[in-house]
Amino acid sequence: MIAIMVEILGLVLGCLALGWVFRAAGRRLTGNRPYFRDMGMGVAFGYALGAVLLVGIIYVYWQGKTAEGPEAARYFFFNKAVEGFILFAVAAWVFRALGRRIGTAGSRRLFRQMPLTAAFGILVITLYALTAIFADFLAPYGQADVFDKVNVLPGGDPAMGGDPRFLLGTDQIGRDLLSRLIFGAQNTVGIAFATTCIAFFLGGTFGFLAATLGGWVDQLLGRLVDVLMAIPALIFALLLMTIASAWAGSEKQLLTLYMVFIIAVIDSTRVFRLARAVAGNIVVMDYIEAARLRGEGLGYLIFREILPNATSPLLAEFGLRFCFVFLTIASLSFLGVGIQPPLADWGSMVRDLAPFINFAAFSPLTASLPLMAAGAIALLTVAVNFVVDWMLYRSSGLKE
Amino acid sequence: MAERLLEIRDIHIEGHTDETWVPIINGVSLTLDKGEVLGLIGESGAGKSTLGLAAMGYTRDGCRISSGSVNFDGIELTTADAATRRRLLGARIAYVAQSAAASFNPAHKLIDQHVEAPVVHKIMSREEAMRDGIELYRRLRLPNPEEIGFRYPHQVSGGQLQRAMTAMAMSCRPDLIIFDEPTTALDVTTQIEVLAAIRDIVEQFDTAAIYITHDLAVVAQMADRIKVLLRGDEVEEAETREMLSHPREEYTKSLWAVRSFQRPQKPPAPAGSTPVVALRGVSAAYGKIPVLHDVSFEIAEGRTVAVVGESGSGKSTAARVITGLLPPTEGVVEFMGEPLPPSYRKRSRDQLRQIQMIYQMADTALNPNKTIAEIIGRPVQFYTGRTGRERERRVDQLLEQIELDPATFRGRKPGELSGGQKQRIGIARALAAEPRFIICDEVTSALDQLVAEGILRLLARLQDELGLSYMFITHDLATVRAIADEVVVMKDGRVVETGPRDEMFRPPHHPYTDLLLSSVPEMDPDWLDRLLAERGVENIGDAAADRM
Amino acid sequence: MGAIGRILVQRLILGVLTLFAVSIVIFVAVNMLPGDFAEAILGQGATPEAVEAIRRDLGLDRPMVQRYLSWLAGVLHGDFGTSFAQANFRSFTGSETGSGLGSVAEQIKPRFQNTIFLAGTTAAIAVPVSLTLGVLAALYRNTVFDRITNVATLTSISSPEFFLAYILILFLAVLNPVFPSLSNIHEGLSFTERLRLTMLPALTLTLVVTAHMMRMTRAAIINLLASPYIEMARLKGLSPMRVIIVHALPNALAPIINVIALNLAYLITGVVVVEVVFVYPGIGQLFVDSVKIRDIPVVQACCLVFAAAYILLNLTADILSILSNPRLRHPK
Repeated sequence: MIAIMVEILGLVLGCLALGWVFRAAGRRLTGNRPYFRDMGMGVAFGYALGAVLLVGIIYVYWQGKTAEGPEAARYFFFNKAVEGFILFAVAAWVFRALGRRIGTAGSRRLFRQMPLTAAFGILVITLYALTAIFADFLAPYGQADVFDKVNVLPGGDPAMGGDPRFLLGTDQIGRDLLSRLIFGAQNTVGIAFATTCIAFFLGGTFGFLAATLGGWVDQLLGRLVDVLMAIPALIFALLLMTIASAWAGSEKQLLTLYMVFIIAVIDSTRVFRLARAVAGNIVVMDYIEAARLRGEGLGYLIFREILPNATSPLLAEFGLRFCFVFLTIASLSFLGVGIQPPLADWGSMVRDLAPFINFAAFSPLTASLPLMAAGAIALLTVAVNFVVDWMLYRSSGLKE
Repeated sequence: MAERLLEIRDIHIEGHTDETWVPIINGVSLTLDKGEVLGLIGESGAGKSTLGLAAMGYTRDGCRISSGSVNFDGIELTTADAATRRRLLGARIAYVAQSAAASFNPAHKLIDQHVEAPVVHKIMSREEAMRDGIELYRRLRLPNPEEIGFRYPHQVSGGQLQRAMTAMAMSCRPDLIIFDEPTTALDVTTQIEVLAAIRDIVEQFDTAAIYITHDLAVVAQMADRIKVLLRGDEVEEAETREMLSHPREEYTKSLWAVRSFQRPQKPPAPAGSTPVVALRGVSAAYGKIPVLHDVSFEIAEGRTVAVVGESGSGKSTAARVITGLLPPTEGVVEFMGEPLPPSYRKRSRDQLRQIQMIYQMADTALNPNKTIAEIIGRPVQFYTGRTGRERERRVDQLLEQIELDPATFRGRKPGELSGGQKQRIGIARALAAEPRFIICDEVTSALDQLVAEGILRLLARLQDELGLSYMFITHDLATVRAIADEVVVMKDGRVVETGPRDEMFRPPHHPYTDLLLSSVPEMDPDWLDRLLAERGVENIGDAAADRM
Repeated sequence: MGAIGRILVQRLILGVLTLFAVSIVIFVAVNMLPGDFAEAILGQGATPEAVEAIRRDLGLDRPMVQRYLSWLAGVLHGDFGTSFAQANFRSFTGSETGSGLGSVAEQIKPRFQNTIFLAGTTAAIAVPVSLTLGVLAALYRNTVFDRITNVATLTSISSPEFFLAYILILFLAVLNPVFPSLSNIHEGLSFTERLRLTMLPALTLTLVVTAHMMRMTRAAIINLLASPYIEMARLKGLSPMRVIIVHALPNALAPIINVIALNLAYLITGVVVVEVVFVYPGIGQLFVDSVKIRDIPVVQACCLVFAAAYILLNLTADILSILSNPRLRHPK
């Protein structure tokens, strides 16, 4: 513990010294240019720390490249992470460069303003959507097909306990893991998407109604949602799933359906809040007053005047809600009360494969199986969040 | 010859939007001598505030000085390091912001914020600075000067805060103060006090000042010289009297000319004729808070009635009662002699059609996601049942009526229009209903003067052509003078006085009407002196002596 | 003090009412269980006595309002009923006079303390780190540092807790055995040993909560720095340090307190998954286990405890931000 403290202190002091030297050199070499002249010590320290970390990463990566045997396993994950990061960055860059050249003038302009993170997000979302839609063609086997070879190790090398038929190996009851990973995209993403849509339909409808009608309808719905939101979402979902499982009994498929509705209802309270707030901001506009004084009905007000102006915040919220729903479903499945077998899904795959992580020191590929499933979840939510972040940034920038 | 204090030469300032740098100021130069007051005037977006801040060597986040120089008393501010600039700011150059309420830190007492600059710049000790602050409060004629500094900003009214901020700017006796629209957010009667206080103190301490405003009449009272800006460029500069009497450039002339638009007052409606709209003993309340008390007035056929008052006088509430958005607690609204149902929900489509409204903020009055053809076409279809080609034709006709080219504007959305064009679309939407009566709620107050005049002329023409009746809600007496036939003065939810326009501008009157009318700045550099003399305010004598 | 006192009392009453309403929601939800529930959970080996014990515990023979009131009365006295798992056990052994170990309250209490320890450790790391990083990101906004932290925090927020947990296990427990991957906490551990066992779950939660807290702090500070009074302070020639300490900080208190309280409330949900991953004996794990075996009284009680903590933290945030508002503290 103390050794670590000393190391950290050394790093900080070293970076401070390095930063000071960097700033002094900058001043000397540029003839005291305002940038270096007015540079605070904090900024100089930041540059030094960044440089040290970068060098550190390259050094560790190089260590991993040259290491052999069991020593190499220790660096396996770090090196794969670095390579993955670079790969995705390059792919996103190429994707954006393509987008800037191909397509309509509007889409080209969109890509020109896009940060790399958003391009990465769009690329990943597209890949996931394609995987989910074409899962039946992409997967080598069906998601419920059981083979006689159980616990085949990944890698496809018979000498290492693998099997070329099953690239990622098989699980405890002999199902092909690659196929289940691919079908996971269809099930986990598809179910989360459907749930979000239902949540939006419910929350959006009631939110708009409450904002437009006002009065006791607004009060009643508002209080109800306040109470429902006072119970943390995951806790409430678990409580209701307990009850749903009692109703579903042995009908596992029915439980998945119940889950969709339970999460949709819980999530619709959050959508309600937002829709109510967004519509509330629009309802006070003079053009709504003008439409009311004209004698327009409720339907015209909601669909023709309010909704078109609420799409961009609602779209951003859809992305965030989708992430939230997706993570809730994955968490429930991980806890064993979510999507039920034989449907393949990433959350329960993580739970089933989790013990393999202890093999990391001698069989990195095996240990990466649970991380692949968990990473598949993380990658999509990160991608969606990047895109939403950019959308929010754009809309806030346009207002000014 | 006076000593040169500030010299800005050929300055260019850019702002960062959408990953590119957009010019805000394109090469403006200005000079200021010690003790001199320069008025910077221009419409919104002219770059007045940016230029004012640049005189302090300061740019807001996302802006930068790309070239040019700012020389303050021999110190080049554009290249000076941060510490040098900090030594000047507050001590030798001070700033008075537009919104005092937002520019005072809500967490500290006024006096603590007042003494901060002198103490930090080591000009006075804390005790000295406090004593001096109370003295400054007294000179600025703040009530309770001994005690007011120990309040928090939110406990003090807007006009007083603005004076306290002027005192704070004075705390180090700077050589230069930048006043950035210090009275824009205030009511006219409050504005007078603040203007007089600012002018007195600037003269007493012989401080140089840059006074930024969009109001010509205000700048005429305050400045020795005036510089006119337009979209980041200088239009012209001259001594105040010279500028007022002989503007050189077309743009300046047009600014000056706006105030000359005045329509002859129409004769009063014949006795016994039915008024288009009449309020009879109307009282109204928001929840339990009463806002209107026994309000009665009439609007005759083809006439314009201006309802005047300061913020909180209940003039907009009266409009809400007429439209039925706020049913009155007592009294009745009549239309053509028939009582209207109190709530708009209970009114027939024809009753709704007859009363239309034009709003102050054209931005929020038009749905940003609809095309102009949809915005105007909807009431056409809704009220007259025209569809398809017929509807299109009517929309084009309406666009021509408001002097916009149908082919160009039909397909555009409000975001692609200028402020004045948006306001015209608002008028067209009201006309589309073919009403008898239109409520105009501060329709020109958000517009630049030149554009506002165009709107007023258009409304006047439409009234003559279509025989409309207007209710004009405004706080701007220049607008009243331009267009009203009758005036209703309101204060605290009551009608103070009513009468024909020409009579209203001739005394004697109800004291409040007098106060309101006399507080409106006039384009005469001597107006403030005259007014203060009439009102018998002290301190003017010393001020005049110091002037020379 | 009158106005602020009134607002505080209002908030407190509102909080109590919400808690009350939440208890009704939970109770009604549990009462939506199918009628043959007792037989169903005990399975085929159910003895009539065991079924009877459950029915009696749930009081299925009495009307709902009466049942709710007696349940509520019990809860207010700290009596959450008897766990099914225990009831089942008892019916097999035939002993009716339990030592109190079978009660839900007894089961929850030590677990709750463990969870508080975990949440406390997390907060102790996360709050200072995230506030510092958040303020730095706000001060150096739109720089490389800001962009990197933005990407890093977004990634951290978006990842499921178990992903972060396994990454930490991989690097800090399996490849470099610094901390144990299982947190088998029990009575009689020394504080440092306990801290070591709690470290990995606490770090996982820290990653998630820090990201949230940092982004919220950054937004709050940026919002604050854009206020006209901050510009005014700069134009008075004050040093950047003084602008931050004298002018920004007193006003930043309310938003920062809000951020902390909201994120502690967020911890409550996060704790469930993390406790399961690390087999940490806290209330979250108890909850999930009870959900799986449908131990209704425990589920009900845990749910109420979570909701109460959540409401309490939100209420605290609310009250503290009212107290730190100068406009309310110094009325006109």
